[in-house]
Amino acid sequence: MIYYFSFLTRSTSGRSHTILSKRTIEDILTRIQDETEGVPIRTVKSFMTKIPSVVTGADIVQWLMKNLSIEDPAEAMHIGSLIAAQGYFFPISDHVLSLRDDGTFYRFQAPYFWPSNCWEPENTDYAIYLCKRTMQNKTRLELTDYEAENLARLQRAFARKWEFIYMQAEAQVKIDRKKDKIERKILDSQERAFWDVHRPVPGCVNTTEMDIRKCRRMKNLHRVKKSVYGLTEEGKQSQSPIHTFFQHCPKGTKEDVEKEISFLKTQLDRHCMKMSKVAESLITYAEQFMDYDPFLTSPEPSNPWTSDDPTFWDLEASKEPSQQRVKKWGFSLEEALKDSAGRELFLKFLESEFSSENLRFWLAVQDLKKMPQEEVAQRAEEIWAEFLAEGAPSSINLDSHSYERTSQNLKDPGRYSFEDAQDHIYNLMKSDSYARFLRSNVYQDLLNARKKAVWKIAG
Amino acid sequence: MRSPLSPEMATQEVPLNETLAHLKTESETLKLKLEEERAKLHDVELHQVAEKVEGLGQFVMKTRRTLKGHGNKVLCMDWCKDKRRIVSSSQDGKVIVWDAFTTNKEHAVTMPCTWVMACAYAPSGCAVACGGLDNKCSVYPLSLDKNENLAAKKKSVAMHTNYLSACSFTNSDMQILTSSGDGTCALWDVESGQLLQSFHGHAADVLCLDLAPSETGNTFVSGGCDKKANVWDMRSGQCIQSFETHESDINSVRYYPSGDAFASGSDDATCRLYDLRADREVAIYSKESIIFGVSSVDFSLSGRLLFGGYNDYTINVWDVLKGTRVSILFGHENRVSTLRVSPDGTAFCTGSWDHTLRIWA
Repeated sequence: MIYYFSFLTRSTSGRSHTILSKRTIEDILTRIQDETEGVPIRTVKSFMTKIPSVVTGADIVQWLMKNLSIEDPAEAMHIGSLIAAQGYFFPISDHVLSLRDDGTFYRFQAPYFWPSNCWEPENTDYAIYLCKRTMQNKTRLELTDYEAENLARLQRAFARKWEFIYMQAEAQVKIDRKKDKIERKILDSQERAFWDVHRPVPGCVNTTEMDIRKCRRMKNLHRVKKSVYGLTEEGKQSQSPIHTFFQHCPKGTKEDVEKEISFLKTQLDRHCMKMSKVAESLITYAEQFMDYDPFLTSPEPSNPWTSDDPTFWDLEASKEPSQQRVKKWGFSLEEALKDSAGRELFLKFLESEFSSENLRFWLAVQDLKKMPQEEVAQRAEEIWAEFLAEGAPSSINLDSHSYERTSQNLKDPGRYSFEDAQDHIYNLMKSDSYARFLRSNVYQDLLNARKKAVWKIAG
Repeated sequence: MRSPLSPEMATQEVPLNETLAHLKTESETLKLKLEEERAKLHDVELHQVAEKVEGLGQFVMKTRRTLKGHGNKVLCMDWCKDKRRIVSSSQDGKVIVWDAFTTNKEHAVTMPCTWVMACAYAPSGCAVACGGLDNKCSVYPLSLDKNENLAAKKKSVAMHTNYLSACSFTNSDMQILTSSGDGTCALWDVESGQLLQSFHGHAADVLCLDLAPSETGNTFVSGGCDKKANVWDMRSGQCIQSFETHESDINSVRYYPSGDAFASGSDDATCRLYDLRADREVAIYSKESIIFGVSSVDFSLSGRLLFGGYNDYTINVWDVLKGTRVSILFGHENRVSTLRVSPDGTAFCTGSWDHTLRIWA
C-alpha cells in the first residue's frame, strides 16, 4: 500500500505543471545567463579599455520575449525594468535601474547581492561606501549630486563616529586595490547597483519596501542584521520590530485531525456537479448579463466615466425603470428582488392577488437580519406574531416541519430563527407566484411599454 | 490488513484509543479518496466548453480619473453604493472619502495607526469602517458638516489579536465582517461591538474575504497565507468548503456575480476560479511573463471579465470563460494594491503604492 504524505494538495484542473512550477525571478536569472540558452555576455572593446561581462538591453529584451512568450516589446521592457529595479541586472553607466531596448550595456548582479539574501543594509554601511568612493580617483566612481547630498547628511548624522567610518572606508579601499583590475571593474559596478537598490535615486521606486503583512514570515526571522562590509556592532543584536515571530495555533493535534476527518467525510457525502454542467452554467450566466455589463455593452446614453456625463446614473435613479432593467427581473426571482423597483412591482402584483403575506414575511426576515443585535429578539417575536402565530393577521403557509423548527427557535429568538421558514417561503414564491408575476399584465405592460414607444417613433 | 480505501472507512466510528499517527493516515486517505471522486466529475475543461462562445473584441480601457492626495502607499479602497464615491486608506494612517467623478475629497480622517490595510463603505453611504495595525476595525459616521471632526464620533467595533487585513459590511450598516493576521475571521454587531460569530480554520494570517452576493445566502469566502480559500456559513461559524491549490498566499478573493463560483489572486502570480457546485478549481489564469504576485481581483458585472491588480504595477484583464488575457494596462508607478469594480460595473478603481488611485473605464 502506498501512503501519501501531507504535502499532497488537491490537484489542479489538469494543466501542465510547467506553468505552475515555482517561477521565481531567480530561475529566469539563471536561465538568462546560461552559456547556451542565455544572452550573449561578452567583453566589449571601447577606446582604450575593455568593458567586461556585458550584454545589450536589446539582447535582454529579445531573450525575454522569446523565453517568456511575450509578444509586445513594451511588455518585455516593463518586466525587464522591474527585474532590474529589484537589482538583478543593471546598466553599467547609470544609477537608474530600468531596461532600454537598445545598445545600452547591462551587467548581471552577483548572487551575493541578490534581494533573496534579505539585505537591510544600515546607514553606517552606506556611509562607508560613499566615503570610499571619494577616496579613489576615478571618474566612474565620482559621486552624483544626490550621493554627495547623502554623504553630507551622513557626515552630520554620524559626526561622532566619522573617524571609525573613515577608517573602515580606507580598509575597504586597501582590500579592493588587491583585486585584479577587471574583477574590480565588475565588483565596483555590482556594489554600486546594490546601493542603487537600497538607496535609490530620488524619484525612483524603492523596490526594497515590503508589504508589512508578509514581513513576519520571511526567511531570516531571528537574524542579526548583517553588514555589507563585515562590521559587527558590539553586543547589538538588532532585530527589526516587524520581525517578531508569531506563533499560530499549531496544526496537528488529535482534535485538529479529528476535525479534519469529519470535514473530509462531509465533503465526500456532498453531491457535486459535473464540470460540463458547471461550465454551461457559468457561460449561460455571463451571456445573459452581457448586455448589462458596461465593459461589454456600452450603457445608454453613455458611460459617465468616459463621457463625463452622468445622465446614465440619473436615468437609473429615476422612477421609471428602463425596459432593459425590467427585462432583468425576468431572469430570476433573485434579480427581481434585488432591484427595489422590481420588489415594489412584485409586491403590488401579490397584493392584487391578496397573497402578499409571503413576500412581506420574506422582506421582514431580511430586515431582521440587518438589525442591531439588541433589537433582534423583539423584532423576531413581532414577526412571529404577525405571520406565524395562531390567528396571525398575515398568516403564511408553512409545512409542519419548518413550523415546528421555527417555533422551537423562537424560544431563544435570534437573527437566524426564521431561516428554514424563509427558505421554504422563497421556494414557494419562486415556483408559484413569481411565474405568474412574469405572465401578469402589470409586468408585461411595463416590459412592453417601451417597445411600443420605440415602434411608434420608428413607424 | 484492511484496505484504507474500503467503503467501510467512510462510515465507521473512530475508536477512542486511535493514535495520532493513525488518524493522520486516515485523513490522508480520505483526502486521496475525495480527490478521486472529484476527478471523476472533471469530464471537460471550462475553456474547451467556452470555445463556442464568441470572442471578445479589442478593449479600450484607460485611466479616466487620477485621485491624488494620499501621502503614502494606498492599501485599500471600497465603492459607495451611489456608484461614484469611494473610500481609500493608506500606509500613513489617512482614510479619505472622495467623489471619484469630480475627484473632490469630501472627508478625511487620520487613524492613530499606520498601515490602514482595510476600509469599507457602509451600504447606507453614511459611514466608513477601517483598520490595520491597530488590530481593530473602527466605524466613522460621515457627517454632512465638513467642519465636524469625524474622529470624535469614531466607534471601535472589532478587536483582533493581530492586524486587521480586511473588513466588509454585510448588507446592512449594523454588521461588519473582518479578517485578521491572527488567523481568524469574525462577525460583529456595530452598535454594541459584540462578537456575533468567529470563524476558525485557517492555519495562518487571513488576508481577504468576500461576502456571497446572494440575497438569501449567509456565506462568505476567505483567503489566507496558508494558501487556502475557505467558504464559511455565517450562522454556524463552520467552514463548509475548502480549496487548496495555490502555491502561495492568497491575497484576494471575489465571488463570481452568480454566487456559484469565486476567483482568487495569489503571490504565486496566478488567479484561479473555483466553482462551489463542482467543489473544485475550474480555471487558472496565468502567463509565463507574469511573475509577480496578484494583489487584488474583481469581476465585471456579467462575470465575463476578471480584472487583476499585480505587484508588477500592471492590471491584467482576463476572459474568465476562455482563460486568455484580453488586455494589460499600464499606468501605475508602483504596485497595484487594491482593485474594485464599481457597483454598477461602469468602471473599476485601483489603488497603488504610488500614492494614487485611478478610475478605469
